[in-house]
Amino acid sequence: MHRDNRLAYWRANLRLVALCLAIWFICSYGFGVLFVDQMNRIRIGGFQLGFWFAQQGSIYVFVALIFFYAWRMNRIDRAHDVHED
Amino acid sequence: MSLQLLTYIIVGLSFALYIAIAIWSRAHNTGDFYIAGKVVSPVANGMATAADWMSAASFISMAGLIAFLGYDGSVYLMGWTGGYVLLALLLAPYLRKFGKFTVPEFIAERYYSRAARVVAVVCLIFISFTYVAGQMRGVGIVFSRFLEVEVTTGLLVGMGVVFVYAVLGGMKGITYTQVAQYCVLIFAYTVPAVFIAIQVTGDPLPQLAFGSEVAGSGVSLLDKLDDVVTSLGFNQYSSGTKSTIDVFCITMALMVGTAGLPHVIVRFFTVPKVRDARLSAGYALLFIAILYTTAPAVGAMARLNLIETIQPGVVGSVDGNLAYEERPDWFRTWQRTDLVGYEDLNGDGRIQYYNDANPAFAPQAAAYGWQGNELSVDPDIIVLANPEIAGLPDWVIALVAAGGIAAALSTAAGLLLVISAAVSHDLIKGIILPRISERRELLAGRIAAAAAILIAGYLGFDPPGWVAQVVAFAFGLAAASLFPVILLGIFFKRINKQGAIAGMLTGLVFTYAYIEYFKGLFLKWAGAPWGENTAEHWLFGISPEGIGVIGMALNFAVAVVVSHLTAPPPERIQHMVEHIRVPRHFEEETA
Repeated sequence: MHRDNRLAYWRANLRLVALCLAIWFICSYGFGVLFVDQMNRIRIGGFQLGFWFAQQGSIYVFVALIFFYAWRMNRIDRAHDVHED
Repeated sequence: MSLQLLTYIIVGLSFALYIAIAIWSRAHNTGDFYIAGKVVSPVANGMATAADWMSAASFISMAGLIAFLGYDGSVYLMGWTGGYVLLALLLAPYLRKFGKFTVPEFIAERYYSRAARVVAVVCLIFISFTYVAGQMRGVGIVFSRFLEVEVTTGLLVGMGVVFVYAVLGGMKGITYTQVAQYCVLIFAYTVPAVFIAIQVTGDPLPQLAFGSEVAGSGVSLLDKLDDVVTSLGFNQYSSGTKSTIDVFCITMALMVGTAGLPHVIVRFFTVPKVRDARLSAGYALLFIAILYTTAPAVGAMARLNLIETIQPGVVGSVDGNLAYEERPDWFRTWQRTDLVGYEDLNGDGRIQYYNDANPAFAPQAAAYGWQGNELSVDPDIIVLANPEIAGLPDWVIALVAAGGIAAALSTAAGLLLVISAAVSHDLIKGIILPRISERRELLAGRIAAAAAILIAGYLGFDPPGWVAQVVAFAFGLAAASLFPVILLGIFFKRINKQGAIAGMLTGLVFTYAYIEYFKGLFLKWAGAPWGENTAEHWLFGISPEGIGVIGMALNFAVAVVVSHLTAPPPERIQHMVEHIRVPRHFEEETA
């Protein structure tokens, strides 16, 4: 396994991690905490949006993010030929 | 059939199931005992992790806490789920690739240092024991309330059951028992929630009912709740009283603390492959999310139910409040446990429930002829009494008892196992007797597990007054000590032994000192707490619950600076890090 390939693989991983963590941060700390008042001016059904993100939405986003990361990483693993078996 | 008999049968059946699974999945070697032989499928591991993670606190207390905190309760919802994203992206796959048995073992090898291992073991044991004491207490309480036995008897039965499957089965037994426990607890949690959602809004899914209109009123649940609570002087349900920076820091401390908790991390050592570790974290959070998205809906509906029961008429009118003699059956039942209390302060024979700590509301209350809040409700009853409040059949109530016990036992077992592994694998094999045979190490593990159960039982029987405080401390500690060094160990090759040890100690000492200063833990005899625990005295307005974040930042900063001032780690360690980062095993190229 070549060193350059491993470095390229690691960089691809770090990019994906950075993207996912940015979404993670925005949906929980952004929408649910820092900008909760602004978000609360938007209403969806019976929810104020900021409150919804703090008590429901952020959790859905977390679940989706992990599955997305697992799926993308499997593809990156194979693209760099570092996958198991 | 009486409720009590039914409860005995359902709880008894669940115990029989756990023990049968334990006998079927006995551990034969240390690999089975510590990490279930690395053959657990990602879905099963996800369920086991969810049961492991969701404790008596999640099952019994959380919905009630949120019911009384409103928006501020979000710190628990986001904080206790968001950590799985950090685990899946930053820790789990790499620790699985490392492929050893315990968290201190990783720290010892990555930082080529026995001292680092000892520091990690100390952190681990402290975090785990504070937790497990609360779980054993939870088992005792559920027993005493539903089966009407002494707390001590309940505790002994609980210890006996955990003893059988943790000592016999090790991680393997625990994993498969936890899968069963997850099924019991999630069923027990969601069934009453669905019934209540239908009663309050007509919408069966609690997550949707949360945003629906209250049946027959044309107003949405949350708007109605905001209205009702403010008319009684409480803070608006959908906005909080904590400062933004404090909400931010508490949420972050809980998230990072979750990712640094050894009994959670070790679960990802049990799956066959690196990619299973990533996927397994997703399943774990999915299974956790089912409870965590239901809890705030249950909390909101229960708060509304409670207020409408106590205040059926117009606020302030003479007959607007419930007459004490007409109180419902569940009120009478729970009064016996002292979790619901009533004192007729203005002598009108009716129950007034309002916020008497709100000075702005005081003139209003005086005008109504109210002379103080007369009702005390322990948040813990929200989940436990929910089926009774909603008038659900007896089998649902029995099921909630079995669910509460399952939640407490599964978490206790997971914690006991990491404690025993830290003793037998990290201390005995790793440091004291490196040449111990596998058979004797397994025996040592079992003895350590048994001893840990006894200590945990003792702590649950006679909890030190500070159990509630130390839970926050356990998270802060995990966030400030273990998480940063594991993360740095994977992502930064340059971090060396000196940096890691200095970082861990800085994070640990700072966080501990801050909590001791404001809340008092072990130094009560010396006059702690010394500081007044209010926002104007806190550092940057951060409460002791959230201070782990600053501890973590200090840990990172010290580790990086010290590492750059001292010699880089040896070549072989840098190679080891390169291997951890790549899923497939590879040989070093020669050119």
